[in-house]
Amino acid sequence: MDMTRRAALMTSAAIASNVLFPMRSFAQETPRKGGVFTVHYGAEQRQLNPSLQASTGVYIIGGKIQEQLVDLDAAGNPVGVLATSWEAAPDGKTITFKLRPGVTWHDGKPFTSADVQFTAMEMWKKILNYGTTLQLFLTAVDTPDPLTAVFRYERPMPLALLLRALPDLGYISPRHLYEDKGDIRQNPVNLAPVGTGPFKFVAYERGQHVIADRNPNYWRQNAPHLDRIVWRVVTDRAAAAAQMEAGQIHYSPFSGLTISDSARLSKDPRFIISTKGNEGNARTNTVEFNFRRKELADIRVRRAIAHALNIPFFIENFLGDFAKRGTGPVPSVSTDFYPADNGPQYPYDKATAIKLLDEAGFKAGAGGTRFSLRLLPAPWGEDISLFATFIQQSLSEVGIKVEVVRTDGGGFLKQVYNDWEFDLATGWHQYRNDPAVSTTVWYRSGQPKGAPWTNQWGWTDETMDKIIDDAATEVDVAKRKTLYGDFVRRANTELPIWTPIEQIFLTAITAKARNHSNTPRWGSSSWHDLWLAE
Amino acid sequence: MRVLALAGRRLAASIPTLFLILIGVFLLLQLAPGDTVDAMMAQMGGGDATTAKQLREFYGLDLTVGAQLANYLWRLVRLDLGFSAIYGKPVATVIAERLPATLLLMTASLSLAFFFGLILGVVAARRVNRWQDTLISTLGLVFYAMPTFWFGLMAIVVFAIYLQWLPAGGYEDITVGLTGLRRTLDIARHLTLPTLTLGLFYMAIYLRIMRGSMLEVLNLDFVRTARAKGMDETRVIVRHVLRNALLPMVTLIGLQAGTMLGGSVVVESVFSLPGLGRLAYESVVQRDLNTLLGIVFVSALLVIVVNFIVDLLYARLDPRITTGT
Repeated sequence: MDMTRRAALMTSAAIASNVLFPMRSFAQETPRKGGVFTVHYGAEQRQLNPSLQASTGVYIIGGKIQEQLVDLDAAGNPVGVLATSWEAAPDGKTITFKLRPGVTWHDGKPFTSADVQFTAMEMWKKILNYGTTLQLFLTAVDTPDPLTAVFRYERPMPLALLLRALPDLGYISPRHLYEDKGDIRQNPVNLAPVGTGPFKFVAYERGQHVIADRNPNYWRQNAPHLDRIVWRVVTDRAAAAAQMEAGQIHYSPFSGLTISDSARLSKDPRFIISTKGNEGNARTNTVEFNFRRKELADIRVRRAIAHALNIPFFIENFLGDFAKRGTGPVPSVSTDFYPADNGPQYPYDKATAIKLLDEAGFKAGAGGTRFSLRLLPAPWGEDISLFATFIQQSLSEVGIKVEVVRTDGGGFLKQVYNDWEFDLATGWHQYRNDPAVSTTVWYRSGQPKGAPWTNQWGWTDETMDKIIDDAATEVDVAKRKTLYGDFVRRANTELPIWTPIEQIFLTAITAKARNHSNTPRWGSSSWHDLWLAE
Repeated sequence: MRVLALAGRRLAASIPTLFLILIGVFLLLQLAPGDTVDAMMAQMGGGDATTAKQLREFYGLDLTVGAQLANYLWRLVRLDLGFSAIYGKPVATVIAERLPATLLLMTASLSLAFFFGLILGVVAARRVNRWQDTLISTLGLVFYAMPTFWFGLMAIVVFAIYLQWLPAGGYEDITVGLTGLRRTLDIARHLTLPTLTLGLFYMAIYLRIMRGSMLEVLNLDFVRTARAKGMDETRVIVRHVLRNALLPMVTLIGLQAGTMLGGSVVVESVFSLPGLGRLAYESVVQRDLNTLLGIVFVSALLVIVVNFIVDLLYARLDPRITTGT
């Protein structure tokens, strides 16, 4: 039911804007040169270089200025950006990239394989979050000529994995501005990035705006169309919606507006509110269990908790049409890895929940309470906060008393991932095209204490560890898919984390924008073809 | 000269207070779970434990609380506010960048509040219990009772979205590079709604105080004497009543310079202004201790300076204050 409603809404939004068939409807329109595109920037970052920090907050700016070897096309397939072709040796230990000729950095220096080598070895392997895990077994990058980069791995690196990871973890930085310039993290270029992309960095006024202008020497012919992009720092969500309505902001990415404002603006023909263009940024709402609590170490209790939550009710009443029931750690938008069989699901069933709790031996005591739990909601969005309250109320009906402990970002990470001071936690898991990039670390045991968004639940399972390790080095595409099917079913059976809701980030954009939302990670992409109609 | 001596003594006395405030804020922030590296990790969307350890060493967060505090105070004695972990710049620079917006907003709101509070208060007192007084007092109560953020959002809905007269937020229009007078006017346009939002609340307070003290002074003997001498009413009000009634108003400015900084957090968030209030809020969320302490330091200085000026004004308005010490 919720699927059809959601599909209907998305289609109506799409018809309003024709985003579903951009080629067909805009074929007659000639792109207009010029114009300033203004973007809602909700949370400022410490730096803007995507080779050093993998997060949408950095891509939304840095991804227009710097480019990666590979991006995803409209269909979600890898397409060359700074690389033109790639080839893996049969043993999976050598991957050769041919680079695009005639590309220059914004300061005029030529782009060569030396830049790729330096970025990969010094940034991806040593600093970039998720990059350090992905490139753990990278031993060297050879540069036989300026336009060839040969990645050498100690253990087989599946080409399919690398190509799906590189759109996020494959941005290149200029070697000549980083090498021998001291600590890479503290390099001032990080706040005034220099790249090869369609837009050149102009200014960053903290608390106000970031500006980038058209790169006149961009390697793609007739691109970009826009004169300038301005990212306006607006931390208050209600204020951002007001500025969109007043015409001061054209685009609010990654669910930057409140749920109610999004619903309101979706009825206004001046705006398009849709999940289109964010398929690569799917996320699931999570319920994380701390296995150090004896109650939660009992699988019957975890399953009882899952059965006690009426997820369709919650989605229907609190999240609106842009969410749906989650089926496992790999979201349904993943065409490459979504398994045909996700393993056990946990439909709402209070009687079963009560039966399971009774069986586990946690009888209701005085006042009907079986035991109490501390729940920490991550402060990343209103849906998480609402979900925490919903968990609290639902669980009280089966005799579990929940205390919700609200903190800000730093506090949440410290208590959950550093001090393990939680019983239940709820937040998001963001899926990044391939389970090996940032999904399996939530399930693999032996993660160092203090590493956020990894398995800090105290859950260990040899079977699971083996599946994860095998899949990470499996070169055969079909076998990898099978292994990740096993991974999803194991996760849903053992339930160390439950992923009951699947969401895709919402885009709010002016109806004047053309060529928008045409890739699965559009908010993070380069916007070289974006233009504004009069 | 005596005034200066008095004010100088006040200034000297405020230095220990300043240090106590800083130590208090420092210790309070230690109670918040997580440090700047945790906040950084949250922003990055993940990272490993080794990176976290390296970062902690880099920012000196691996030291004990006592050592960190001692380091901070020692730097402060040498007038070094330290380095901001979020902004990657010296704290002094970060604050200097944000100070103009806040000072402009504060001065504009305070002037608006003081000026119109004074005029409306006088009018209300002169027409006490008549319709003018009722109207002004009711309006004052409405402005006083309305939450600032709500008023701000409503102002945006009416003037920015519906009427499209004024911008909904921001400090200036950056899509077109303006200079000189046109830039000044543009900034003024952007600051109109925030100034009204912040100023009307304080205006309501000034209005009530002015009305009250006017009514009080109007009943004093020397006013009756002045009137009995046949002095015309305007001169009585301006020369005799106003001057005496102004004292509580001036006191209030000194007290409210600090509160206004707090109020500007909300206004700066609603109108996306790059001011100190929002910077302070962000530093707390990001656990950027150096920046936060720097802001506390600068705000405290600001309050001290305002009170210094208030002391001088006192003496000007009421010569008895200087001799009374």
